[in-house]
Amino acid sequence: MSLIKAENVCLGYDGENVVENLFFTVEKGDYLCVIGENGSGKSTLIKALTGLKKINSGTITFGDGLSKNQIGYLPQQTPSQKDFPASVYEVVLSGCLGRKNIFGVYSRRDRRQALDNMAILGVSDLKNKCYRTLSGGQQQRVLLARALCATKTLLLLDEPVTGLDPVATSEMYELLYHLNRDHKITVIMVSHDVNASLKYASHILHMKKDEVYFGDKQSYLSTEWARVFLGDGEKND
Amino acid sequence: MIDTLIFVFSQPFMQRALVGGIVICLCAALLGVSLVLKRYSMIGDGLSHVGFGAVVVASALNFAPVAVAIPVVVAAAFLLLRLGENSTVKADAAVALVSTGSLAIGVVASSLSSGMNQDFNSYMFGTILGLSESDVWLSIFISVPVLVMFLLFYNKIFAVTFDEAFCEATGVKAKLYNGLVAVLTALIIVLGMRLMGALLISSLVIFPSLTAMRVCATFKGVVICSGIVSVVCFLFGIVASVLFDLPTGASIVIANIIVFVIFFCVGKLVKR
Repeated sequence: MSLIKAENVCLGYDGENVVENLFFTVEKGDYLCVIGENGSGKSTLIKALTGLKKINSGTITFGDGLSKNQIGYLPQQTPSQKDFPASVYEVVLSGCLGRKNIFGVYSRRDRRQALDNMAILGVSDLKNKCYRTLSGGQQQRVLLARALCATKTLLLLDEPVTGLDPVATSEMYELLYHLNRDHKITVIMVSHDVNASLKYASHILHMKKDEVYFGDKQSYLSTEWARVFLGDGEKND
Repeated sequence: MIDTLIFVFSQPFMQRALVGGIVICLCAALLGVSLVLKRYSMIGDGLSHVGFGAVVVASALNFAPVAVAIPVVVAAAFLLLRLGENSTVKADAAVALVSTGSLAIGVVASSLSSGMNQDFNSYMFGTILGLSESDVWLSIFISVPVLVMFLLFYNKIFAVTFDEAFCEATGVKAKLYNGLVAVLTALIIVLGMRLMGALLISSLVIFPSLTAMRVCATFKGVVICSGIVSVVCFLFGIVASVLFDLPTGASIVIANIIVFVIFFCVGKLVKR
């Protein structure tokens, strides 16, 4: 059974559809990149998958026993987070809260898991550092470690490299690839960065105003869509 | 000087002021951490004006002021939080509208009813030295549950303050905890109005946490430090007001300003 199956999904604001008749499936271990122009509904789709936003019509089915509190989410950073006084450990640990009762008391297992995930993302030595003193790349790794505390199956990422310098950007992509390949975590990522998306992704969901392409990377690269979009991308660069 | 202090602090009115003041300062400081970090500082200010309006209208109509003010301020808290979410009216403008609007209603109501100047002043600037025994009990009855709730839900409040979107996505009911903080804040603001007055209560909410954030690097550190700063400033303020015969509420705020400046400088030095 597929991890996620979207059938005939329509998305948008105030009942008006931005995206119509969206079909795609995500299997365990896939690396799906969602690309497309601004305003094509990419972030809206991620919000719909996390349940932050209701879909206008259609169905999204979660398979393989995936439930809402097993999704790891890396949202776009808000301005107030940039100077938030919290230690890295506090932030990472808070990823465990989704599966806790209303009081949210951490168990020893949660603490263990937080430390393990910090090790995976190479932020262990930042444990007691203040979140606001970290560089953009370090902050994203910390948020990724937090997301891993919430999931063992699926990561949803909304523009994870926004504002990062080129080195931090490529490190971030390598990390995601590593999580996908070695830790068997399914990745769904919205990205502006088409070239990087094509390098690592196994599947592509290309969204336009009124059409959508979904397929694996090889078949995508041979389409007219890819030629036009990538051609445009090079011109812009 | 010591003798004067010992004499003053042995008076029942002073002991009532200390008990009532400390519990409310503590609660205001803890809730303030979450509000300031969420960029909701002005909501505290807006709510105190709503509370002022509600209290004056209530006493003009011969209702019990606090009993009317609490539900009105809770409702206003939810309204302001909701306005912050969907931005037909920008949140800061909404706060300004509600706050000046209620102030105006309060002023008109007080001028229509005769003999209210004393009350008017006390709601504006507080009467911490004039707390009755029932005021103190009310403060304890409301503050202690607020403290307990804050500590019980501490981890969740931290997570929701840091990142609402992540919480919602991973199954933490962010809206529920936002609502909780709103209700607790409203309660403390109505209570704090008796102490500091509508004009000064928001400084009790905002100053201690901002001060603590200058030097503390963890959320837990900020919460603890903010509570301590709040109580210490309250004590300094009240002592200064006794010794130099100054208005109490304003002295407490000035103590907060001084400590803020000190922490600000220490923070700058430590970073360097």
